[in-house]
Amino acid sequence: MATIKDVCSHLRSKNAGPFWVTIDFFFRDRDAFAKYSESPKLGPALFERIYGADPSLVKSYPVDSLNMVKISYARTSAQGGEVERDMHAGQQYVRLLDIELD
Amino acid sequence: MSNDTIRIIVPCGSLGAGVRAEEVRYGVERGAQAIATDAGSTDSGAAYLALGMSKNNRGAVKRDLLILMKAQAEANIPLLIGSCGQAGGDANVDWTKEIVLEVARELGLRPRIAILYCEQDKATLKAKNAAGDVRPLPPLGPLTNDVIDSCDHIVAAMGPEPYIAALQSGADIVLGGRTTDTAVLSCFALMKGAPAGPSWHAAKVAECGAQCTVYPTRGAGVLISIGMDGFEVEPLNADNRCDPHSVSAHMLYENSNPFQLVEPGGVLDVTAAHYASVDDRTVKVTGSVWTKAPYTMKLEGAAAGRYQTIMLIGIQDPDVLARIDEFHDNMLAVLNERVRATIGNAEGNFHISLRLYGWNAVSGVKPEPGTPPPREVGVLFVATAETQAMATQIAKACNPYFFHFPLSLDRELPSYGFAFSPADIERGRVYEFKLNHVVHVADPMELVRTEWVDLRQSEAA
Repeated sequence: MATIKDVCSHLRSKNAGPFWVTIDFFFRDRDAFAKYSESPKLGPALFERIYGADPSLVKSYPVDSLNMVKISYARTSAQGGEVERDMHAGQQYVRLLDIELD
Repeated sequence: MSNDTIRIIVPCGSLGAGVRAEEVRYGVERGAQAIATDAGSTDSGAAYLALGMSKNNRGAVKRDLLILMKAQAEANIPLLIGSCGQAGGDANVDWTKEIVLEVARELGLRPRIAILYCEQDKATLKAKNAAGDVRPLPPLGPLTNDVIDSCDHIVAAMGPEPYIAALQSGADIVLGGRTTDTAVLSCFALMKGAPAGPSWHAAKVAECGAQCTVYPTRGAGVLISIGMDGFEVEPLNADNRCDPHSVSAHMLYENSNPFQLVEPGGVLDVTAAHYASVDDRTVKVTGSVWTKAPYTMKLEGAAAGRYQTIMLIGIQDPDVLARIDEFHDNMLAVLNERVRATIGNAEGNFHISLRLYGWNAVSGVKPEPGTPPPREVGVLFVATAETQAMATQIAKACNPYFFHFPLSLDRELPSYGFAFSPADIERGRVYEFKLNHVVHVADPMELVRTEWVDLRQSEAA
């Protein structure tokens, strides 16, 4: 049973402008990248379930040269609204660490 | 690289972050022909645009300007600053201009200063929108006049053209309103005829200064050298280095798409870019492609919303912590009821949020059952209402319940650890970005105003 934190050496999240969040998954090695970067378990449904994101606005970009995949999704409310809890979205990645990939 | 190479000092990630004089000196000695930096971003929130206020303190910005303006004058190379005063609205630009003039007086400098404004008036924008020139970017929909009216300030992010026009008119210093991070760094090379792909890509790599280096905390800036066949990047600090990984990974930063960057007038595509070490501290990048596209400017608009008043307590009572989710739900229900009972219909459309720091404040999601209780939580109370006075009235109404709410009614009333007296803190308004749209323009200068302060021509100070 491998979780995201097992197969990634580094995971980070950040705003990409006030309306989007982008999460960078840096895989541990080439094999982990090949096996998981396009896993359906990292598909739009995950981001809908965890963040309430619109699945049609979840975009995945594997970056072969860096053994990483960047996944971006639209925020459910713009940065800084009345119920903002993470202005830079810098802590959003933490809820993914224990997600099981197989 | 050949003599045609254009070298630009990017002295820091953002003006006010801490420029180092020895780094700027190194860049000048390496033959830099310009100094360029941005001074802001949307990242810290909409308040800075809505209020026309800088995130950085005045002293930090002035300190950096002292170093940069001295270097500008001594080396006689232009100094370009984009997104002045964090948000690049007119008030943010004027705040920066005043500091620049003060530094010029103190150092006895007489630069010719161009000031580029890109704040938009609502009538112009409504007309552009009515003409079909404004297009939404996901996740937002078409722009309405109501949304335009709701904004306190709206800026259109400039491309390189207004900077080039100012440089060609003899500017020593250009102070720009909101500008894409890359445009202020690429403009000089583009003006000199350097190829667009490497010029824009070098700017993207250098946008956060030393962030693209192996040791981002060693030093503040980088030197970009743009030639006909690509560009090179090296740290300005002798104690640091760039490698292909540090440079290529920066394309990921705060960018939803790691391969393409949409800019005014085109798209940078780095899919085929190749990164290679030239020596132990310099990376050369080739294969960056620029594709022209219809000229658009990204709009940013900020609005002040409702008002908030906050209170804070700390809880260490282990019985409460063992049932903290239940405690939270019960307290929230009681506080809402309390406001309705004591303030009644006058309260309007209010909102109360309790955030359990040390438990689940950041996500707001209840942890799995069986999660061990923490040793302590901080509970942040946030009341939101139409006026500051009403938000504070709500906080005051909640005060006794927030500080003394028992786990069950058969217990003696507790007192939680409150941090301050008076307990309620007026936090001010909520600020939000309202626009995620682009506006098509016939000419890059259409929505830009240039003003000049020519100290060369002025009377001696």
